[in-house]
Amino acid sequence: MGIFKRRSIKSLGKKKRDMPEGLWHKCPDCGAIIHEADLQQHYHVCPKCNHHFPMVAQGRINMLVDPGSFEEMDAKLESVNPLEFKAYSEKIKAYQKKTGLKDAVVTGRAKILETPVVMGVMDFRFLGASMGSVVGEKVTRAIEAATADRCAVVLICASGGARMHEGILSLMQMAKTSAALARHHDAGLAYIGVLTHPTTGGVTASFAALGDVIMAEPKCMIGFAGPRVVKETTHQNLPPGFQTAEFMKKHGLVDMIVARGDLRDRLGSLVKYMEPAVV
Amino acid sequence: MQVEPLEFEKPIVELERQLADLKDRSAGQGVGAEKEIEKIEEKISKMKYEVYQGLTPWQRVQIARHTQRPFTLDYLDHCFDDFLELHGDRHIGDDDAMPAGFARLEGRRCVVVGHQKGRDTKENLLRNFGSAHPEGYRKALRVMRLADKFGKPIVTFIDTPGAYPGIGAEERNIAEAIAFNLREMMRIKVPIVAVVIGEGGSGGALGIGIADRVLMLENSYYSVISPEGCAAILWKDRKFAEDAATAMRLTARDLEGMGVIDEIIPEPLGGAHHDHIAVGRSVKAALIKHLAELREMDSDELMQKRYEKFRKFGEFRG
Repeated sequence: MGIFKRRSIKSLGKKKRDMPEGLWHKCPDCGAIIHEADLQQHYHVCPKCNHHFPMVAQGRINMLVDPGSFEEMDAKLESVNPLEFKAYSEKIKAYQKKTGLKDAVVTGRAKILETPVVMGVMDFRFLGASMGSVVGEKVTRAIEAATADRCAVVLICASGGARMHEGILSLMQMAKTSAALARHHDAGLAYIGVLTHPTTGGVTASFAALGDVIMAEPKCMIGFAGPRVVKETTHQNLPPGFQTAEFMKKHGLVDMIVARGDLRDRLGSLVKYMEPAVV
Repeated sequence: MQVEPLEFEKPIVELERQLADLKDRSAGQGVGAEKEIEKIEEKISKMKYEVYQGLTPWQRVQIARHTQRPFTLDYLDHCFDDFLELHGDRHIGDDDAMPAGFARLEGRRCVVVGHQKGRDTKENLLRNFGSAHPEGYRKALRVMRLADKFGKPIVTFIDTPGAYPGIGAEERNIAEAIAFNLREMMRIKVPIVAVVIGEGGSGGALGIGIADRVLMLENSYYSVISPEGCAAILWKDRKFAEDAATAMRLTARDLEGMGVIDEIIPEPLGGAHHDHIAVGRSVKAALIKHLAELREMDSDELMQKRYEKFRKFGEFRG
């Protein structure tokens, strides 16, 4: 949850102020000035230091799936502010306008290196990719579609956690998505989770942690509680690299760290390995 | 046991003290004080009615956290014939914040797991304030799987401020421990009844909360985040916790309205801590009733209904 306090992603906007809008980017890690075209060409990875910039959902889809193979599902689902939470409807509208998305996840059928999959990609720009009813429903429908199609499901995760504005309904999305994964699992089908910066809270404690294979992008932050909460609760200094992908791999919690440029190939070969046997 | 009053109950306690004083002083004198006593008694019952009928969500949160409230082991005492505790997750340790084991409910064998809080510092050191580590969730699932293996129903008692957000918990993958329980409880073939007895704190609560019936005590709460946490994130200040408690609709009545829980178990006036025996009796009756209903279903029907129960949560359009 503490992730909402972190400014590392938003701070990009501030540093850009003295440069022509949208044309040049400064790498927050090594300070290199990178041209927009360069960044695009390198999958939004700093060519100097390999820092992974955040990526929007559509960009990730374009990068990962076979050209023209993506068929979006449930594109129109949107929140109805079930608790009538103050200022939530306005917030949703503002983010919809800003991102062009209805909510924080894009789902659909696609092919990766010719293998059919159902895919979900979370977009951190939309209210910290927090999970409310819409995200939970779309992810659940995606998993159910994969079960029906007898194919793998690939979820590219990023999230600040469960969406507070929808209260208990957000918590129940953790149960709902995990229930759908139980059936997909029982059908003998593969689920690959890809954790990107940052994946925290209720999303980590539900579908993000349940992959048959879990990949993580380099240096991305992965955790249940935010680092601030951990620090405040334990009154301990956090170990170096705490809650990074590398830390998670060292502790045996993710299978592999995959640089963005290799993600498509790695996903493609894994879904092939894990195809159900033909009877 | 002397009941510790909460802040909003202090005016009532003050009046009760005055009443006791007056009764003491007038004892043996016979006349004169009756009118005064009657007046105060009337005032007390009026005040109690007003306070307890109109409990705000935030006041219920205070009651749910009361240290004298019955905890999991108290319900094991009051509702069950015996309890045989099992220990350890078979990998790394045992977690005293999550007792689990075999029990008998009116002679019928079952499995009980639950969060356990402590009443004082010493107990809380052992119980970690009811915040379980990954070991606790893994032990809970291990014992629930024993129930599954031997065809015994499962009762879980939810009472946690949240899973423990510590360094070791993160290193040992608390998120996965919870997530795995969410998935695996959905695959268990025996009836599961969960009862929120105090604090239903987020993922830590849900981690033993996938059930065919979810019951809630009248003054317990169940929420995606603590009111303080919500206030700190959305309004940058914990002092708005009271507003957050209202906005998040976390009371038993709110959740019943949203279809998230199946039944509210009433508490004695002022809260469960005023009468452990009475609330124990109510919880026991509710468990017996729901388990009897669930016993009628075969495991396919049970699992299908459990899936549908959780599948339907969420409101959206389009």
